[in-house]
Amino acid sequence: MTLLAEQLLNGLQFGVMLFLMAAGLTLVFGVMGLINLAHGSLFMVGAFAAAWVQGQTGSFLLGLLAGLAAAGVTGIAMELVVLRRLYGRDHLDQVVATFGLILFFNEAMAIIFGRQPLTVGIPAWLSGAVQIIPGVPYPVFRLAIIGAGLLVAGGLYWLIGHTRLGMLLRAGATNRDMVRALGVDIGKLTTAVFGLGALLAGLAGVLTGPLLSVQVGMGDRILITTFVVIVIGGLGSVRGAFAGAMLVGMVDTLSRAFLPALLRGVLPVSSADAVAAGLASMSIFILMALVLLLRPRGLFPAHG
Amino acid sequence: MIPRRTLLAAGAATLAMPAVLRAQTGKLKIGMVTTLSGPGGYLGADIRDGFQLAMADGKLGGVPVELVIEDDGLKPAQAKQIVNRFINTDGIRLYTGIVFSNVLGTVVGDILDAGGIYVSPNAAPSNLAGKNCNPNYYVVSWQNDSLHESAGQNANLLGHKKMYVLAPNYQAGKDAITGFKRYFKGEIVGESYTSLTQTDYAAEMAQIRAANPDAVFQFHPGGLGIAFIRQYQQAGLLSKIPMVLASPSMDAVILKAVGEAAIGVNVSSHWNSDFDNVANHRFMADFLAKHHRIPTYYASQGYDTGLAIGAALYQTKGKVEDTEVFRSAMLPAQFESVRGKFKFGNNQEPIQDWWGLRVEKDKSGALALVTKGQVFKDHGDAYAKDCKL
Repeated sequence: MTLLAEQLLNGLQFGVMLFLMAAGLTLVFGVMGLINLAHGSLFMVGAFAAAWVQGQTGSFLLGLLAGLAAAGVTGIAMELVVLRRLYGRDHLDQVVATFGLILFFNEAMAIIFGRQPLTVGIPAWLSGAVQIIPGVPYPVFRLAIIGAGLLVAGGLYWLIGHTRLGMLLRAGATNRDMVRALGVDIGKLTTAVFGLGALLAGLAGVLTGPLLSVQVGMGDRILITTFVVIVIGGLGSVRGAFAGAMLVGMVDTLSRAFLPALLRGVLPVSSADAVAAGLASMSIFILMALVLLLRPRGLFPAHG
Repeated sequence: MIPRRTLLAAGAATLAMPAVLRAQTGKLKIGMVTTLSGPGGYLGADIRDGFQLAMADGKLGGVPVELVIEDDGLKPAQAKQIVNRFINTDGIRLYTGIVFSNVLGTVVGDILDAGGIYVSPNAAPSNLAGKNCNPNYYVVSWQNDSLHESAGQNANLLGHKKMYVLAPNYQAGKDAITGFKRYFKGEIVGESYTSLTQTDYAAEMAQIRAANPDAVFQFHPGGLGIAFIRQYQQAGLLSKIPMVLASPSMDAVILKAVGEAAIGVNVSSHWNSDFDNVANHRFMADFLAKHHRIPTYYASQGYDTGLAIGAALYQTKGKVEDTEVFRSAMLPAQFESVRGKFKFGNNQEPIQDWWGLRVEKDKSGALALVTKGQVFKDHGDAYAKDCKL
């Protein structure tokens, strides 16, 4: 029972992390109709900048600020220099151009920081473990990630539901041309949205640094899972991104944790492990296929 | 008008010319195809630096040699192109350097079919150790399985009865777990196959805690291993459940990246920086003086490979064209290995001792792998009996 509770916490933490990535990606798609494969690169830029500044100064908070700033600035520059030219083009052009950006950023990071993974320490006030479930020490840092993620989710809910910017965002996601016709400076809006998305990706990168090793190509791995999340949630919907992220986080974690044991009941041990490992890595894609079968536009489609 | 075919033939002939000319310059060319870029780039760099240390005066076994180095980028197709160029335009007969088994599997056939010789400083997959062994294929490092067999035996010696084992779900990961189980005598209380694209192991940490084993064996190369060990420590497991590792999961570079979290981790290896023999003292001193860093075991293998080839070239006076003559000079392995003892088995792969190491702080307070005791004596591999050489 404590094992299940601990795995649920792990799933929640993974889900929150995915939400930080998915929120930005889905906003950009919703408002600008742009598929941005280079979103994972912003995640990587944030992680690298934070790791470097923390390595130089020893302060996690300075690293956090640097990571956010680097990801935000890179995102805005990316939008102004490259992506702005792509809004009118079809999705294939966007995919090719942003894939090029991935190659560019991976190579740039390798040139600046080298190929060897960087490691980031956890600050003393966030290290250690607490027993929030009796008998199961859970790392404080992972709890902090859950807290930060839920805080961001709440903030986004308020921003989108109760502010003027949010109103424009929702309107833009529903009918971009109409918003433009009403005299809203869509250029400023897109830059703001892109910057916000980049900030969130950078935050995810900074928070991931101390858990994983910071290395070239780290953003490419999480990007694919992020796309699964926004497809499940419904393209362009932040609420959908939250639901999708939680579902994917839970399904991935729980299937990795419990499928081997479940299958051992019905199959011989050696083949059960092999099948379970395969199924667990497929689980989120099976989930996506099921969701699309029942709701072809995702759980919370943004465009009516 | 000149027929196109003639033109092409003439072009081919001109291209072939330099090879003939180069063959006459007197220096023996050795082709080194290795992985210098990507996350695994430091492996190839250390093999290269070790090998070059063995030929510090530009000679191996008194024979002037030229090392031609190319980066395969851990891409088998790229390695194949390089090797074909080495064979066809450079006329190289003697090869070494490959780090990863999948790259080796792709190109070693081309080298051997062209009448070349391959001396492995690292990768040694099982399919070339048994009935497909080849008289012109030598391994100076170890057969892949030995790394993990020694970890299994090390777990026995450390008195662990219940183990939890983890590896990524791909061929080398499965081989690691098979190798570990071949010698481990206790009970496997849990077995997890992780994904190669996975970097967060929280779910596995919880499973390990629930299974409560005596110790954990895991094989996660490179950056994956760094992430795994750090998360293991963050979850508060390292102080409760010790880790028994094979050497690829804890080399000098990983140790530096993991830092203090690694203290107390057990590793099994065929070589360690603190080995007390003349050859190793010389190797450590020369390497530190030249590169100002602690060599990984990959560097020691590159160095030994250089010495082994040198010993053979000394006998053949630099001739590699007659592979039978080269073979009779190579097999006695008349060189001073940094491991102390070294000899080739009947499948031309090593028979050697394995040692248990532990991560500790040395006298100066720096983290180091410290040799604790012997794990295997004169250990060969399980496939040699199928080799008819």
